[in-house]
Amino acid sequence: MEFKRPTALLDACTHYCGGCGHGIVHRLVAEVIDELGIRQRTIGTAPVGCAVLLYDYFNCDIIECAHGRPPAVATGMKRVLPDRIIFTYQGDGDLAAIGTSETIHAANRGENITTIFINNAIYGMTGGQMAPTTMIGQRTTTTQDGRDITSEGPPIKVCELLSSLDGVAYLQRVAVSTAKDVIKAKKAIKKAFVNQIEGRGYSLVEVLSMCPTDWKLTPKQAVDFVNNEMKKVFPLGVYKDKK
Amino acid sequence: MSSQGKILLKGNEVMSEAAIQAGCRFFAGYPITPQNEVPEYMSKRMPQVGGTFIQAESEIAAINMIFGASAAGARCMTSSSSPGISLKQEGISYIAAAQLPCVIANMQRGGPGLGNIRASQADYFQAVKGGGHGDYRLIVFAPSTLPELYKLTMNAFDYADYYRNPVMILGDGILGQMAEPVEILPYEPIVELPEKDFVLDGCKGRKPRVLKTLFLRPSMALVRHNDLLQASYKKITAELKLHEETETDDAELVIAAYGITARIAKGAVKIARQNGMKVGLIRPITLWPFPDEPFKRAARTADRFLVVEMSGGQFIEDVKLASECKKPVEFLGSGGGWYPTPDNIFEKIQTIYETEALVD
Repeated sequence: MEFKRPTALLDACTHYCGGCGHGIVHRLVAEVIDELGIRQRTIGTAPVGCAVLLYDYFNCDIIECAHGRPPAVATGMKRVLPDRIIFTYQGDGDLAAIGTSETIHAANRGENITTIFINNAIYGMTGGQMAPTTMIGQRTTTTQDGRDITSEGPPIKVCELLSSLDGVAYLQRVAVSTAKDVIKAKKAIKKAFVNQIEGRGYSLVEVLSMCPTDWKLTPKQAVDFVNNEMKKVFPLGVYKDKK
Repeated sequence: MSSQGKILLKGNEVMSEAAIQAGCRFFAGYPITPQNEVPEYMSKRMPQVGGTFIQAESEIAAINMIFGASAAGARCMTSSSSPGISLKQEGISYIAAAQLPCVIANMQRGGPGLGNIRASQADYFQAVKGGGHGDYRLIVFAPSTLPELYKLTMNAFDYADYYRNPVMILGDGILGQMAEPVEILPYEPIVELPEKDFVLDGCKGRKPRVLKTLFLRPSMALVRHNDLLQASYKKITAELKLHEETETDDAELVIAAYGITARIAKGAVKIARQNGMKVGLIRPITLWPFPDEPFKRAARTADRFLVVEMSGGQFIEDVKLASECKKPVEFLGSGGGWYPTPDNIFEKIQTIYETEALVD
């Protein structure tokens, strides 16, 4: 088998840091788009954050949104073009801080869209500030002595939070920190797109992802951090699969 | 709905029906008084015409749904009232930056803060001078009657498409809540509508499109994008200034007022003329672009201006700029729900005549 660039990815040089998880997830999404043959009817939304340059990598229509607003923008697009495939690609600040309201309500309306949620427990693009998913004790540039549960609260667990909403079709938390995890992540992403094609409603895949640069770790240490620390706080698994 | 005869509707309903007639097929909004009849009417009408109505979780979400719907090619609209329009400003900036057409209605209420639910014109600066971040402009229509609200709402969709720019209907609580007979005329485009070659609907048969407002590379990319926007604003300014004049030819005193206040001021002009006073009225219909020529002309022929507005003094700044401060500009206005009667304005006219001894 020949290892090739998916048609849904452009021939571009990455701006992501060494060891970052975004590139892996981009590829998985692109492979799924190729396998489902939906590239020419797919529209992606680019978030504010490291993945804002999504359009430099994806070979499909892309709309860049204000911080936190992709679920609302995707709602507008999907309602106007119900036969197109709309995905949002959002980071933890976008989805679970400034855009919490948009996320919860798009999910609860059961909007027939696919959300890829990158949880790397930090704000990447702005230089390593606390995210809503930053772990207790994790040092960031705005929690320099570590996140303190008494003042910052505990990390928000998005899959658990959204699982209480009857309108949601599918929630799964995956990781891209081991080869086995990557294979599982792709299966979950594919299911989230197939759900949309079949009209099942809101599907979200949360991906635990590495950010060595802002974690101040090497790529190897960053993988270990996901495997040994993040997976404890954010257990992998299917949180909802509405029949 | 048929297009025969006149029907009695509230302003909010008139505007909504005009949007439906003009082919608006996507509406997202959030309840706020005094514009609740808009989402209520749309919730009923949109499904009848195969359109989409969404009661959004916030005004922020609503304007971003409009961003998406417009990018997907739909004629779309949102409405709100003052505090809600403040929330929409982020999205309005993005929509203007992305040059996406849409219509936004503001049925203004008293402010600042939560204010009250009485009519106001205190969002003039926000509508006309910006409101959101960055150098952008909204086309702003200020209807004065319900038939005009009907017509301008239809026109708003055409101009939004024609110029690829958001258009704001700047109304107020009186205009939204009052009822008057309106003829539901069928829609006909007033300009040749350009092809929507920006729409994101999947890249079948073409290269992928990107709609974005971030310009990092090359270093001058954002400057070029801003220049493009400014060129569009220049074109709009050259082509779209609308106003109405009443008895200004021989006027010594020219009242300047817009929207519902101008309608009230027309009554004052009539009373003044009956009392032998040469008073006229200039009513801007577009607040941006601002119709400055009639004010320049009046500054040559009249002795004085009187600005009447339902705010502490915002529109007056544009009247002074347009008339180049060549003649004194008097003021009658207040915010917070104050509105004038024709008699109030006439009293002010009398005071001006007594103290300033206007002569032919």
